[in-house]
Amino acid sequence: MKEINHINRRQFIKTGSAVGGGLLLSFYLPAFGKAIKTAVNNAPASFIPNAFIRIGADDIITIICNHSEMGQGAYTSVPMMVAEELDADWSKIRFESAPVDPVYNHLGFGMQATGGSSSTLSEYDRLRNAGATARAMLIAAAAQTWKVDPSACKTENGKVINKVSGKSLLYSELVEKASLINAPKLVQLKDPKDFNIIGKPIKRLDTPEKINGTGIFGLDVKVAGLLTALIARPPVFGGKVKSFNADKAKAIPGVKHVVEIERGIAVVADGFWPAKLGREALEIVWDEGALKDLDSITQRKQYAALAKEPGVSARKEGDVAASMAGAVKKIDATYELPYLAHAPMEPLNCVADVKVDSCEIWVGTQFQTMEFMNAVQITGLKPEQVKVHTTLLGGGFGRRGVLDCHFVREAVQVSKAINAPVKVIWTREDDIQGGYYRPAAHHVINAGIDASGMPLFWQQQIVCQSFAVGTVMEAMMVKDGVDSTAVEGAADMAYNVPNLKVNWNMAPGGVPTLWWRSVGHSGNAFVTETFIDALAHAAGKDPYQYRLALLEKHLRHKRVLVMAAEKSNWGKPLPAGRARGIAIHESFGSYVAHVAEVSIPKPGTIKVHKVVSVIDCGPVVNPETIRAQIEGCVVFGLTAALYGEISFEKGRVKQRNFYDYKILRMNEMPQVEVHIVPSTEKMGGVGEPGVPPVAPAVANALFLLTGRRIRKLPFAKEDLVKKV
Amino acid sequence: MINIKVNGKAYQLAVDPSTPILWVLRDTLGLMGTKFGCGVAQCGACTVHLDGEGIRSCISPVSRAAGKEITTIEGLDVKLGKPLEQAWIQEDVPQCGYCQSGQIMAAAILLRDNPNPTDQDIDDGMSGNLCRCGTYQRIRKAIHVAAKLRT
Ligand code: FES
Ligand code: FES
Repeated sequence: MKEINHINRRQFIKTGSAVGGGLLLSFYLPAFGKAIKTAVNNAPASFIPNAFIRIGADDIITIICNHSEMGQGAYTSVPMMVAEELDADWSKIRFESAPVDPVYNHLGFGMQATGGSSSTLSEYDRLRNAGATARAMLIAAAAQTWKVDPSACKTENGKVINKVSGKSLLYSELVEKASLINAPKLVQLKDPKDFNIIGKPIKRLDTPEKINGTGIFGLDVKVAGLLTALIARPPVFGGKVKSFNADKAKAIPGVKHVVEIERGIAVVADGFWPAKLGREALEIVWDEGALKDLDSITQRKQYAALAKEPGVSARKEGDVAASMAGAVKKIDATYELPYLAHAPMEPLNCVADVKVDSCEIWVGTQFQTMEFMNAVQITGLKPEQVKVHTTLLGGGFGRRGVLDCHFVREAVQVSKAINAPVKVIWTREDDIQGGYYRPAAHHVINAGIDASGMPLFWQQQIVCQSFAVGTVMEAMMVKDGVDSTAVEGAADMAYNVPNLKVNWNMAPGGVPTLWWRSVGHSGNAFVTETFIDALAHAAGKDPYQYRLALLEKHLRHKRVLVMAAEKSNWGKPLPAGRARGIAIHESFGSYVAHVAEVSIPKPGTIKVHKVVSVIDCGPVVNPETIRAQIEGCVVFGLTAALYGEISFEKGRVKQRNFYDYKILRMNEMPQVEVHIVPSTEKMGGVGEPGVPPVAPAVANALFLLTGRRIRKLPFAKEDLVKKV
Repeated sequence: MINIKVNGKAYQLAVDPSTPILWVLRDTLGLMGTKFGCGVAQCGACTVHLDGEGIRSCISPVSRAAGKEITTIEGLDVKLGKPLEQAWIQEDVPQCGYCQSGQIMAAAILLRDNPNPTDQDIDDGMSGNLCRCGTYQRIRKAIHVAAKLRT
């Protein structure tokens, strides 16, 4: 089956400018169309067929990556998609991060952004088209040279080959000629069976720079005259500076400026250390604001009370009230899920250099367009005077894509105030206590099974904050009064339950919350997947078979589940003291099942020996990236299950650093075995879908050892005691 | 004035002696390969070698290095570094990569002292180095690979 794609140039330009709103000037105009030949900075002459490709006369092919590299492998998978259709020599491929320009907008989000596990799936068509277009132009150039019909030419490994004469020309030799050729409107994409690059475990292009100390993360950016700033932010969310005295701070050698900005007081010094000492020496009186008494214990009670209110309907099937009487067994459960911090390994930071007539920003961001627009707004400069450079991101997980762009705004404000380039650095404490957490949640479920043991009714009340309501994302994320991220994975549960009701009550705001790797699914899957397990046990059925029966019509779920059972030897004996738990969940268009093998070495401790993971994400671009992402998801999910909790007392976050906001360590790492379902179904994401089923798979295994259902995260010591 | 040697080069520095080595490396000497992750000896991102011993540079005042030699990722001896780099590439270890220079600096010490470590030895030697991306399984494997490459 061959795809014929029609590239509609108008469409591209239109999509491009819709969100930029005419604000942005195209740097590489246009996305597709007539090629541009350039000699930038004495670089060799190049053929630039479109915004994503630059072929140099030196034979180097540079792919301009419009998705940030934050560990998910975008700097490899993006080039792979282009190189495949370009028939490039992979060893000649280099990558470069894209500037801010509407041509690089995410086709789904309408702005330049990385997230939603979508870097590969959102670009699969556009980037292959970009490669195929360039290839067609190179063929046309060669055909002209040889005075033959393009159909007499083929391409292979960075060369155009004359099928008749056997002669060949390197792409680099065609740079001049190809630049004069108009891009074709129609290009033919390869039949997947002819792929040489896509689907192969290609090694990451960026590994060398990430292991030899040369890779540039935001924190590593150097600019002449760069100063370092640390910011004293309110100890309570929503607080404000009432008054401050900077005398002692200014007395610290190396401290250059103390300035008040939107969110606090910045201490600017000639390095991190004096800035830190200066910040400690600040004397600030805070107006702590409305959340000054915030306390997690009280908040939990509040949420429990809210769960009794009807809320807004997110899903309704059948008639729960009428069906209740027919249940032979009923189960009620209450779940409590904490706030979670993303804690990317590289603390947040941003370099800004604001001058009278320009502003340059270097930042590891998931949200280029938004950062750009905020910088334009703060500086009052013209859009073409503002530049955003995307560095490597030392982890993102959602934290580097913030609607209010606070960590970029701070840097721009400080640089503007002191009239010098500045790097704002967050300490780990600033990060852990800095908010933008996965929202805490409270769920109440009542369900009943019928005489055959199958679920008859399921009624679920979800309480949590919304980070969409009242923001620019509201139109996209909130439907009929329901924030889709609050109920995703619960309201759209795949299990067949004839009478089903899922309602949402929005909890009061104040604590800044945000998408956290797998967003609403992260908590909701824990609830649905441990609760369905409980129903299976109540029905006296095997939890794997029970799920399978309830997913009758969901073929992709079923395939993943069956493979997980098979690969994990489900039902086969285990060494004494071990138990297996299973969970499956769909998110971001992909289907993941985990089977966890768990034991309790000592009361109050847990050992996760092995996790067998199966994913169906549709067509595979790089299987090694998928495996790595699933391994990472297992660690991320386990970390949250075992340790993750942000809590409040007297308005303040109690956790501070990795000693009380723990991250899984090497000695706790289970063996993770990843299997990818061969699939030609719709492509899904891989960065997040592995997270949601981790905690429930482990909790379901623990239940077999302890006889106790875990309904509060993280696991407590009492949850880890073997039954007698 | 503090006299230190970094990656074979001698420096005479006029810095506050209580400044952690990490910030002297990054802010004074511009060596950005050593990373800041926690500042409290919890994550290992800042691991460097001080006279051949692995230390947490974020909590070690530069005064501790006076008259001594610091080695950072930029200056890691090829005999120690090359096999690790090769193994890391072969096993596609890094995700975001931020923790990896610390991991390699820790692994270099581990392999120098124990050329043929077991999984248990690796866990013991590497558990001070956090990786939020969760690359532990690949690090374990890569250390075994590097051990073979060295022989
Ligand atoms: S930064 Fe030194 S151990 Fe984390
Ligand atoms: S690779 Fe990202 S923290 Fe280790």
